[in-house]
Amino acid sequence: MRTKTKFLAVPYLLWMTIFIIAPLLFVAYFAFTDSAGNFSFQNIIKLGDYIPVFITSIWLGAVAAFLCLIIAYPVAYFIANTSEKWQKFLIMLIMLPMCMSFLLRTIAWVSLLSDNGIINNTLTAIGLSPLPLIRNNGAVILGMVYNYLPFMIMPLYTVLVKMDSSVINAARDLGANSFQVFRRVILPMSLPGIVTGITMVFVPAVSTFYISRKLGNTSLTMIGDVIESQFKTAYNPNLGAAMSLGLMVLIFICMGIMNRFSKDEEDILL
Amino acid sequence: MSDVIIQLENISVAFGGTDILKNLNLTIKDKEFVTFLGPSGCGKTTTLRIIGGFVRPDSGAVYFDGYNINDTPPYKRQVNTVFQRYALFPHLNVFENIAFGLRIKKLPEKEIKEKVMQMIERVNLKGFANRKTNNLSGGQQQRVAIARALINNPRVLLLDEPLGALDMKLRKDMQMELKKIQQESNITFIYVTHDQEEALSMSDRVVVMDNGIIQQIGTPQDIYNEPSNAFVADFIGESNILDGIMIEDYMVSIFGQKYKCLDKGFDRYEPVDVVIRPEDIQILDPDKSSLSGVITNVTFKGVHYEIIVDIKGFKWMIQSTEFHRVGEWIGIALLPDLIHVMKKSEYSGQFGDYSSYSEEYDALSDDSEESSDEFSEQEEEL
Ligand SMILES: Nc1ncnc2c1ncn2[C@@H]1O[C@H](COP(=O)(O)OP(=O)(O)O)[C@@H](O)[C@H]1O
Ligand SMILES: [Mg+2]
Repeated sequence: MRTKTKFLAVPYLLWMTIFIIAPLLFVAYFAFTDSAGNFSFQNIIKLGDYIPVFITSIWLGAVAAFLCLIIAYPVAYFIANTSEKWQKFLIMLIMLPMCMSFLLRTIAWVSLLSDNGIINNTLTAIGLSPLPLIRNNGAVILGMVYNYLPFMIMPLYTVLVKMDSSVINAARDLGANSFQVFRRVILPMSLPGIVTGITMVFVPAVSTFYISRKLGNTSLTMIGDVIESQFKTAYNPNLGAAMSLGLMVLIFICMGIMNRFSKDEEDILL
Repeated sequence: MSDVIIQLENISVAFGGTDILKNLNLTIKDKEFVTFLGPSGCGKTTTLRIIGGFVRPDSGAVYFDGYNINDTPPYKRQVNTVFQRYALFPHLNVFENIAFGLRIKKLPEKEIKEKVMQMIERVNLKGFANRKTNNLSGGQQQRVAIARALINNPRVLLLDEPLGALDMKLRKDMQMELKKIQQESNITFIYVTHDQEEALSMSDRVVVMDNGIIQQIGTPQDIYNEPSNAFVADFIGESNILDGIMIEDYMVSIFGQKYKCLDKGFDRYEPVDVVIRPEDIQILDPDKSSLSGVITNVTFKGVHYEIIVDIKGFKWMIQSTEFHRVGEWIGIALLPDLIHVMKKSEYSGQFGDYSSYSEEYDALSDDSEESSDEFSEQEEEL
């Protein structure tokens, strides 16, 4: 029995090694070598030049994750409190845009927001002056929020729909009004969903490259763009690998801070 | 202010077109221990939720201290609940679970600490203050639930099958403890159970329910000695329920023979149900009795033997401390004050003799699973 279960784990271990551990080792190898393959810290040192880029990326990712949370919570709460039939339907609606290509969804925003895009054309047609909707950080954040919102809604919906109504009734029974029930019971009990949602939005948002290029100011570079250019145009995979590694470390640090913070939050909420 | 704390007046509730409570009327006195007793699904929890404010009756009124509280939300009622499966806050430890109500009231930290510690001691949870609730035993979780409710000094405590998940021994201990807590705290307890023994041993008054209708309200002695119909007689303890005809006041005929009884006020020759408790039946020599038959089954129960005897096709249950063999012929004696006559009801004929002895026994013990709380989404928000 034991050996059999162990045996069953083998394909999974193999898969992990090939697709998770090995690539990481490769990234680490490239990051710590120069183009000739000699051990070197030069790439890591060079990361210093990109500190502003890292900061911009993390900042935009954090704003996007925060906005996603603010938007997604009421949506998820509403869905979780409808009947089962509606829940299925609404979740399907939320997931539907995900079935479309990420690139297409971003390009769609370009044609909406650009200087002679649909919105501005409409504005000029009714005699208003056009607005600078594209090529700014707002548009980038909008693109991120739009693309990653379902990743926030899903985990929130999952924790909210599983929440035991008798626990909520218990809080009401003990004197809590609707606001207090939310703050002292529903919110802290949904914290795991919040943490998962933020992770699922923040991580891809920080390392995104396409959205910033299509919707952002030409002067805006996000770390994802820089990494991509190292492999494609600048052809310096060693520096690219070092950047990826640096980004990974930074993301881990951010997640660590957030987990720490959510623990404290749990205590504060008491 | 009168003695009455809660009054339910013509309460009816339907869920999804099914009538769950049908025109319920009930008054509960201050500081009373009242138990709702009935089989699973009869509407006990729903009645409790109406008092707690979680379900709004479709019609009828709930009065608290004489004031209509139909529109009062739960958090404004001087009532606290111990929920069926405790419903402790999983994200809070024992201390914070118990402190919840006080924190809502924004009491000073020092006072909260004092009161919670006192309460923790009172329910024997010393040393557990910082434990998470999900790794406590059933009995401990139950104590937290009681402490969490009691600390708010409610006028009325609602308890929904609080001992349902505990094993026999612990149950008995907790029954005593709960009764003690009720007497010490000097408040009204409204207790829900489907266990008749629990109801009889703890309550000042028992409300027997079936099918959303109150079948009988009375002291434990009342409902045991003078059940109002065949359902109550069968549900509370063991009973032999026979068809009889009331000849006149104090005279009933069973199997064509006349017996003296203590009941009156029936029509002449009115068909009635007659209850005779197994422990009230005396065993005689067959030739000294007009009712005699053969023993078909004997079970040892510790305090007594449970004897099934077939008399003219009707299987009686007799409880006796003396041993008798299967196959033995015996006679039985029915004394006037042990015969109880009831009006015929919709339940007549459903519960009779003990022909299906073993099945009935099983049906009594597999009652513990409840499903009522799963219907959360249709619940009324107040
Ligand atoms: N919110 C609800 N929605 C629909 N049906 C319900 C709801 N609550 C209870 N019921 C039904 O009402 C009946 C009585 O339930 P309940 O009061 O919980 O019974 P008890 O506590 O006596 O077991 C059951 O048949 C149950 O299925
Ligand atoms: Mg119930």
